[in-house]
This record gives sequence, structure tokens and C-alpha cells, in this order.
Amino acid sequence: GCPKDDFQEELVIRPLHSGDIYASFQFRTLWETDFMRGNKVSHYRLFPKSLGQVISKFSVRELHISFTQGYWRTMQWGQPFLPSPPGAELWVWFQDSVTDVDGTWKELTNVLSGIFCASLNFIDSTNTVQPSASFKPLGIGNVTDHRFLRYATLPREIVCTENLTPWKKLLPCGSKAGLAVLLKSEKLFHSSFHSQAVHIRPVCQDWQCKTTSWELRQTLNVVFDLHTPGQGKLEWSLFKMFSRTLTEACPLASSSKIYIDITDDPQGEQFEVSPATHLLSQAMVLGDRRTFSVYDLTQQITFGTVRSLNLLIRWKSRDMLRPLLHAERYVAGYGLQTGEIHTLMYNNHPYRSFPVLLLDSVPWYLRLYIHTLTVTSKGKDNKPSYIHYQPSKDRVRPHLLEMLVQLPPNSVTEVTVQFERALLKWTEYTPDPNHGFYVGSSVISSLVPSIVAMDTNSTREQPLFSSFFPCKEESSYFMRVYTEPLLVNLPTPDFSMPYNVICLTCTVVAVGYGSLYNLLTRSFQIEEPSPGLAKRIANIIRKMRGVPPL
Amino acid sequence: MKILTLLSLLATHLSASSVNIEENAGQFFSSGHTNNWAVLVCTSRFWFNYRHVANTLSVYRSVKRLGIPDSHIVLMLADDMACNHRNPKPATVFSHKNMELNVYGDDVEVDYRGYEVTVENFLRVLTGRLPPSTPRSKRLLSDDRSNILIYLTGHGGNGFLKFQDSEEISNVELADAFEQMWQKRRYNELLFIIDTCQGASMYERFYSPNLMALASSQVGEDSLSHQPDLAIGVHLMDRYTFYLLEFLEDIHPSSKANMNDLFKVCPKSQCVSTPGHRTDLFLRDPGSALITDFFGSVRKVEITMETINLTEPIQQVEQNFVNEERQKETYSYVDQLPVSEIIHQKPKQKDWHPPDGFILGLWTLILLVFFKTYGMKHLKHIF
Repeated sequence: GCPKDDFQEELVIRPLHSGDIYASFQFRTLWETDFMRGNKVSHYRLFPKSLGQVISKFSVRELHISFTQGYWRTMQWGQPFLPSPPGAELWVWFQDSVTDVDGTWKELTNVLSGIFCASLNFIDSTNTVQPSASFKPLGIGNVTDHRFLRYATLPREIVCTENLTPWKKLLPCGSKAGLAVLLKSEKLFHSSFHSQAVHIRPVCQDWQCKTTSWELRQTLNVVFDLHTPGQGKLEWSLFKMFSRTLTEACPLASSSKIYIDITDDPQGEQFEVSPATHLLSQAMVLGDRRTFSVYDLTQQITFGTVRSLNLLIRWKSRDMLRPLLHAERYVAGYGLQTGEIHTLMYNNHPYRSFPVLLLDSVPWYLRLYIHTLTVTSKGKDNKPSYIHYQPSKDRVRPHLLEMLVQLPPNSVTEVTVQFERALLKWTEYTPDPNHGFYVGSSVISSLVPSIVAMDTNSTREQPLFSSFFPCKEESSYFMRVYTEPLLVNLPTPDFSMPYNVICLTCTVVAVGYGSLYNLLTRSFQIEEPSPGLAKRIANIIRKMRGVPPL
Repeated sequence: MKILTLLSLLATHLSASSVNIEENAGQFFSSGHTNNWAVLVCTSRFWFNYRHVANTLSVYRSVKRLGIPDSHIVLMLADDMACNHRNPKPATVFSHKNMELNVYGDDVEVDYRGYEVTVENFLRVLTGRLPPSTPRSKRLLSDDRSNILIYLTGHGGNGFLKFQDSEEISNVELADAFEQMWQKRRYNELLFIIDTCQGASMYERFYSPNLMALASSQVGEDSLSHQPDLAIGVHLMDRYTFYLLEFLEDIHPSSKANMNDLFKVCPKSQCVSTPGHRTDLFLRDPGSALITDFFGSVRKVEITMETINLTEPIQQVEQNFVNEERQKETYSYVDQLPVSEIIHQKPKQKDWHPPDGFILGLWTLILLVFFKTYGMKHLKHIF
């Protein structure tokens, strides 16, 4: 018969200690089919056809694309379930059968730019890198040859309704039923942070893991600002966040749930959720055991007599667990010739140290001087145990720097490197060059020690937000942190000057050359002054008589 | 007697209505086009050019409302106003003050955005000369039975239109692009609307048949903006497009309004500039061209009373998954940060050194040849 497919949707709401509220939507479609086999897949049901065709045409093994507006403030909001850098980020693992990875990558970015209405066609060799150790596949697979991996970011990419519209159209129920009715652009983009992503990877079908199925996850993370609606009270409801309430689950979904994080107050003294629910669930996520109130939308009783669900959450101030890993990046220096990039990585664990893998991709027009690279922790040199550096080639490829650094406990590690700014050709400047040029975020991947033992059994029924990153050991969990993108000014010519310059230059040339030419070539002749009227009449009479003139 | 008059009245009434139906049917098929396309371009960047984006989006809204689907619209916006950080109401673009009408909406697909809106890309879209991997949504896949609406707005001058403050398109280039489209049979009829200063200069040089052009101002005149909104802080729309939007809001898909009504939009009293139009290249009478011929996508439906026999229902072929009996390997998830593996990763590139002993052998060869030619007696001079 037909290969089975399954769709699940969930929404996790986590109130943050600063009064903001974090909502994370995840929509997962699982499909037991094989795109790579001989016969073409032609019957699509829950899995979107546009993405299925992309996977089979370009022999994609894994695809991760995210569009983010805003920067995730780790120190105020904690860790996100799914991290993403500002702008657009795309990383793809291709199958072993692909012969020309760069050509396939270029075609793939063009096709994705049409699907998501984004200018992904600006991804080319000048901003694509091939990481040698970061971005291991998140799906199953036994071989990891990094020749088949490509990673690119576009920090300047704008995210707006035109990106949300095609993203919503990929969902089985569209935006007509289920949790997706809450996704209204006027509220989603009026927020401190908005990120939507698509992740496609092969996963185990069952605990034996001899067959694979394809998993498509569409995620949307949004943080609503406390002060935006005007009222400063720590009270949020679905209607206040999304200007909609829920009336039904998506009929095509096998599970449709809302989780509210009530960990800091299970008794309900400081924290109040209405309508109340007795369903509780615990999950191990981000190294911590969290407790959630669960609302199951597939049960009609959740919607009550009014046939609509509007969750109301009220709380007094709450503490936040200090995030263990946190990073910052900035440009130091002055002038338009040189500068220095500083990356700071904070390890806030009191006694454990852990390794981090730092990936930096710097465009070619910032010429890095790698001999000035220093890594210091607590004032002393901290030599990385692995460095991979690929120098840039002007107008062909960017710098790639990957380092494995061990962060000592309770410390700040600072990575500095000096650079020089290049002068671009005048056609290479953007139409608004005085805005500056962006340098993509650094990616810091790490295995952070966890407070509680993590669950390594990957096939147990888990909520979607805790099962994204595969977990191999109990004592630590994998996490990615993105730094801020940098905005760097390059020496910019004044484009409004050409007309004035031409006029000035031509004037100088004309005056200088003209005068010199005249001096060199002008010859002077003596000329008699013209005679008066009487003399002229006399000359005429004398001419008539034939006598020489006066 | 009475029955006779009644019958005759009935007969004349029937014949009159049948003639009416025939007239309608005749009009139905008179325009000669089978599909509609729209290319809507906003060429201005920066927040203070909000009104140009609002202009383009209001035409987009009207065109979508009258039936042209997103797949047949190529929308090019040079800058993002809706999610601009200066916009006090994100994800909205308003055309009327007091935030009455949000022309951005919830269902918008922008095909070319930001730095992609260049003269080269615009001309490539028109002439169809795009690189092979360009997706369908970015292509103008028109044929010789397509009616195309082209709308341009931005800052312009006498004979040129400025793209993103860094390049210009001239009226000669535009006329040549349309001639290329004509020769490649890429349009049936084309309506060109431009809302810039001195807009009429842009259609002066057209020379291909079946083109109709409208501009918001004559050569030497500026097109003015309509009204600012004090909350947003910029002018929301240009006058010509504002009155054009008001005119189009009254048009519905079955409207019979024709081009002569469109020429009357925004007289000098409202627009301050004098809108112009050009119809000498258009082969039909403008009065017979309906607004919906260009702005809408009217599906021509023919009702038939015949019955058609369908073939047998298609059976799904049972897919027998060949269960390969060979031992399948167990898959597993990859370790995300294998520290020891990374540290001992072999370096990818090694510098190439010549093989050992090569230099030594080379020198021996040189010495041997030297002594062979010149004899051994020179040896003592060297050593």
C-alpha cells in the first residue's frame, strides 16, 4: 500500500523572567518513503510536494533553512529550543551520489529562493563555506564526509509576511485549522524575535532503526515584548499574543498539543493558567527537567462550552536559570583601514569545563591576519586543540576559521583577530553602501554538562521540542549558540560626485592647457590703428584720382 | 387576436434577447487574449520612499482582487517597508491615512526583493532571458495570447527612471525591450502605466504594435504625493495611483468599464500634474478594451449541453515493496561533537615535497654529466 505518513503539531509557551513570553510552534510530518530509490514518488499527501521534489532532484540528505528577524538575547531569555542566527541561514548535506556539489548547491539555492520568496540566490561561492567539523548531520547516517556539506548565511536578509505566506502553505492544514490559525503576520512581526525554519532529515522509523523515514519539521519561534501592547502587567493570553483563539485541532494531525512551562511554580501560587488542566507532563530539555501543563486539542473537552480556547497566563516575577554558555562578538578599533574582531565566550558553570567548536566565516573584504589570532581565558593563553583555517580568495571565497577550544569553568574566553578592510570595485558596492556590510554570526557548537540525566532513548514518545537534537550521552546535551552579526563600514567612495568632478576637472584642464597652448603658439603682429573719418574720405578721393593714400 | 399579439410580443422579445446573447458572446471573444500577466515594479529604496511601495502594492491588491493569481504576477519591491524597523505598525503598508486600508495584507508573495530589483533583472524578466535555474515564480512565462500589465513607479526624469538610487533605465531601452517581446511573441496586448515625475517621456519612444501607455505627468511636470500620515511620518501614496486605486476599487470582475474611463482618472484638478496616455500603437479602439482585459483575469467559460463519456476510473498500481532479504545495516544518529575524532582528524592538505633522495639523485646526475664531458682532471679543482 501507500507509505504511511503522520503529522503532529505542538505549541510550547514559556514565560520569561523579564516579562516577555516565548512561544515555539513545531509542525512535524513523518513519511516512510524513500526519495532516493529508482521509482519517482508521485503521490503526496501530508508531505508538501515542492519540498519532496527538491529532495529528490538535488539528492539532498539533510536540509536546514531558517529566517530570523531579531537577535536572541541569551542572558535575558535563556536558551531557545531551536537556535538560529539573524537573517537567513541555510545548510545542506548532500547524498554521496552527488558529483558536482557546488553546482547542485547553486541550483538548490535558486529553487529555494522561489519557494520561500527570499533572495537566497545571493548565496554563491563568496559566502558559502564547507565546515570541517561543525554541523554534523542531525539525522541518521553512518558516513560523514564533510565534502558533501555546505553552509551559508545572509545576515542582511529581511523576513516579512512574504516569507511567512509560502511557509504556511507547506503545512497540511495550511493556516485554516489547528495551531496555524494563530500565525497572523501583524502580531508575529511586532515582536522582539521571530524565527521560522524548515528542517528536513532522515530519522529512524522504529527502535531497531533498520529503515528510515523522512522527517519534515517546520518551526516558528517568537518572543513577544512585554511593553508592546501598552500594558505592563505580567499577564498574557492567546488572544493578546496572536489576536486569535483556537477552535479546533488540525483534522489531519495525529496529535495536537499545547505545553505551558510551569516548572518554577508547580503549586500554582505565583503562577496561574486558565482554563485549568490536570494534564501534566515532564520532559528533559536543555539539560533540565521541566514540568508542563498540557492541553490536548484533539479532545473536544479542551475547548469547553464556548468551543474556543483562549489560554490566560498570569504570573508574578520569576527567577531564571543562568544560561551556562553565552557568547558575544564585536568589532574594535577605529578608522576605515584596520580593525579587530573580538569574540567572547562565557562559561557560567561553577566547576565543569567543556569543549566548544567555534565556526567563523568572514567575507573576503575583511582581510584577516591570522598571525594575530589570540585565544585567552582568565588572562592566560588557551591553545585550541584543533584549528582549521581556510584563507579567503578575493571575490571567490570567504575566510573559514574553525577552532575547538576548552572553556575553563566560570570564565570568559576571548578570541581576537585583526583585520584590514579592502577597497571594493565601484560596481561591487550595494545601492546603500553607507549602511555598512554585514559579517555573519559565529556559530558555537558545544556539549554542555546537564543538571539532570538526559534521556538517550531516541524512540520513546517525546514532545517535539525535546527531541530535536539527538542525545548520545546522559551527562551532557548538545547546543548551538549564535553571536551577533557584525556591521562593518568599508571605505566608501562618494557616489554623488562624478558630475561635479567632471566639471571641475574639465575647467582645470581647459584653463591650464588652453593658456599653455596659447603661450606657445600665439604670434604677435603689428597693426596700424584705423584712420579717422576725414582721412578715410581723403583716401577714397585719392584712390579715385590714382594717387597713393595718406 | 389577443393571443396572436401576445405570441408576436413573445417572439420579438425572444429574438431580441437572443440577439443580445449573441452580442455578448461576440464581445466575449473580441479581445483575443487567453491569459493575463502583471509585472509590478517599485524601484525606490529607503524609508522616505514608502509611497512607492504603497503604490505598487495597491495595484497588486487590485490585480489580485480582480482575479490574476500570484503565479502570474511578478512583484518587484526594491525595499522592505512593512517590516522596516521604522514602521510603527509592522507587517502593514497603508495607502489611506488613519491606517484605513492595509494594502500589504496577509497573503503577499514578493518575487524580487531588495538588491535583486535592478535594471538587468527587470529587462531579463521582460525578455525572458533568465538563467536556467531561475524558479518559475520569478519568470514571466507569457505567450502570444497574453495580455500583460506593466506598472512602474519610483523617481524619474525626462527619459529615464531611477532604480534604487544607483542606476537608471532609459526610455530607449524600455522601447527596445518591448520590441524584443513583440518579436518573440511574448504578448498579445500590453498596458504600460508609469507613476513618476515626467512619466510621459518614458513612453515617447515606443514603436512596437499593441502597446497602450499611461503616465501620471507630462514632460516638465512633477508627479506629486498625496497625503502624509502623521503617525507613520511619511507620505503614503502618490496622487495618480491613489485616484487610480479609488477607481479600481469600484471595478469588479464582470465590470464593463473600458479604457476611456481609465484615461479620465485623476484630472489636473486632483492630480496637479496632467496625466497623459498614448494609444496610437494600439490596434483596437481603446473604447472597446475593457479594464478587466488587463487588470483582471477573466476566465472564458463555454457552457455545453453535451454529455462526455469518461474512461474507466484510474486504478492505483499496487506498489510491491521488494523486501530485500539481505542484512540491512543498522543506522544510528551521528555524534554531534566528537571531540577526540575532531582532534585527531587528519589534516586535509599536505604541502607537496619532492620524494626523498630526489635532490640528491639530481645533483649526482649533474656531476656525472659534467665530469663525463670535461674529464676527471677537473675534479681536483672542485674538491
